[in-house]
Amino acid sequence: MYAATIDQGATAWVLMSIALVAFMTPGLAFFYGGMVRAKNVLGMLIQNIFAMGLISVLWAAVGFSLAFGGTGKYIGNFDFALMKDLATLESLPGYTGDFALVIPIVAFFAFQMMFAVITPALITGATADRLKFSAYAILIGVWAVVVYPAVARWVFSPNGWLFQRGALDFAGGAVVHINAGAAALAVILVLGNRKGWPREAMPPHNLPFTVLGTGILWFGWFGFNAGSALAANGLASQALVNTHLAAASAMLSWLLVEKLRAGHATTLGAASGAVAGLVAITPCAGFVGGMAPIIIGLTAGAVCYLALALKNAFKFDDSLDVIAVHLVGGILGAILLGFFADTKVNSLGFDGVLFGGGSKLLVNQFIAIGATFAFSFIVTYVVARIIDATIGLRVSAEEELVGLDQSQHSEAAYQ
Amino acid sequence: MKLITTIIKPFKLDEVKDALKSAGVQGMTVSEVKGFGRQGGHTETYRGSEYAIDFVPKVRIELVVDDSQVDSVVDTIRTAAATGKIGDGKIWITDVSNIIRIRTGEVGPDAV
Repeated sequence: MYAATIDQGATAWVLMSIALVAFMTPGLAFFYGGMVRAKNVLGMLIQNIFAMGLISVLWAAVGFSLAFGGTGKYIGNFDFALMKDLATLESLPGYTGDFALVIPIVAFFAFQMMFAVITPALITGATADRLKFSAYAILIGVWAVVVYPAVARWVFSPNGWLFQRGALDFAGGAVVHINAGAAALAVILVLGNRKGWPREAMPPHNLPFTVLGTGILWFGWFGFNAGSALAANGLASQALVNTHLAAASAMLSWLLVEKLRAGHATTLGAASGAVAGLVAITPCAGFVGGMAPIIIGLTAGAVCYLALALKNAFKFDDSLDVIAVHLVGGILGAILLGFFADTKVNSLGFDGVLFGGGSKLLVNQFIAIGATFAFSFIVTYVVARIIDATIGLRVSAEEELVGLDQSQHSEAAYQ
Repeated sequence: MKLITTIIKPFKLDEVKDALKSAGVQGMTVSEVKGFGRQGGHTETYRGSEYAIDFVPKVRIELVVDDSQVDSVVDTIRTAAATGKIGDGKIWITDVSNIIRIRTGEVGPDAV
């Protein structure tokens, strides 16, 4: 059925990576679920799991085609809508020459699907405890069609305008993290703060869940980043090592800054630091080598910790710090890649400032950051406004007090 | 007959229970409670934000004893529950007008 260009080793690794990335969304559910109050934990878990249901189906219906069909610079087309031809397709538009895929297109479809699933799920950390479930379903459904495929097109597809400009994003620093972070900010500006925030204490109800979720995310991220090599080779190995070292070093720097500033090294800090490192290394994973992942990780742990102060300074209730960790971490990774990218690691990349490439890549990185942020923020803001004006984004004050578990789902996590 | 109510640190429960049993107390009722006294709760820090936790977990023990036992029971509780640090808790004593054992119908000191 497939041409001889299919590499069995590459296909085996990508199939494995699909499962690894799929596991990240339940991991994220537990990462976030532990941080909310006991009355909202099911609300958080279902929002994440629900993304696996809704976004997967939408990806098969139109998402993949809008991201990877046709030859447009800004958006795909409907050539592959409803999975048309995917079973027999031998190549994708733009994926030729150096970029030729050596895995079945349907495996590439599934790998990208898992990215499309987890990206809107990241938003749930910012909107925790107050977003109405029906509004959430519509929000991420629309988002998965009008926002995500466009950014994926610009950045991932060789036909995309940011790709062609020479901006680099190995595994989705812009497509996943900046994109979701900007959307999270837009939604909470429409949604408003939780009742009582920041006056009232809203401590995490189960940090062991959060540590469990961190472990699942870290494990899954090997598929996310090393799988993005779309091959089982040296580049995938380098991406895997970079991923691990960045998480490890970011955990250390987060804990150090936290200890110095707040007095204690905390469990939540260790978990958050590791995730911040994973976010920052995501765009860089297949373009840097040597000590770069450790420098990127150390920087990410400290900068993301300091970025926690943003929400208090500007009084927006980014409940579980999606902006500090994913938006700031994603932007930081994209910028640092402009310094640390090394064509000796990946000949399809470009050299950064520190490897003799001058500022060209760095400038392109800033353009990619700005374009992704602006597009995601503006479109998401408009979508959130429309939902709020029609069915309402937010639960009633009473429902918020009772908690999402009971008011939205008629359940309780703990008896 | 007196009702002795004491609030202690949760980790001291076993020591207090064992000491009271050795002192001849035959029964007690224990509940997990939350509260604060002069200790005034404590603080917890999550991602750099400090929260004041006003209500600290404590254990409440209630037991009814004969008047003659009160002093020794109070001493026993004090000795077993004390750590010398803030938050060790309190003991208070209330008069009890009568007691009835449900199974046998015994009343007064016989029912203690």
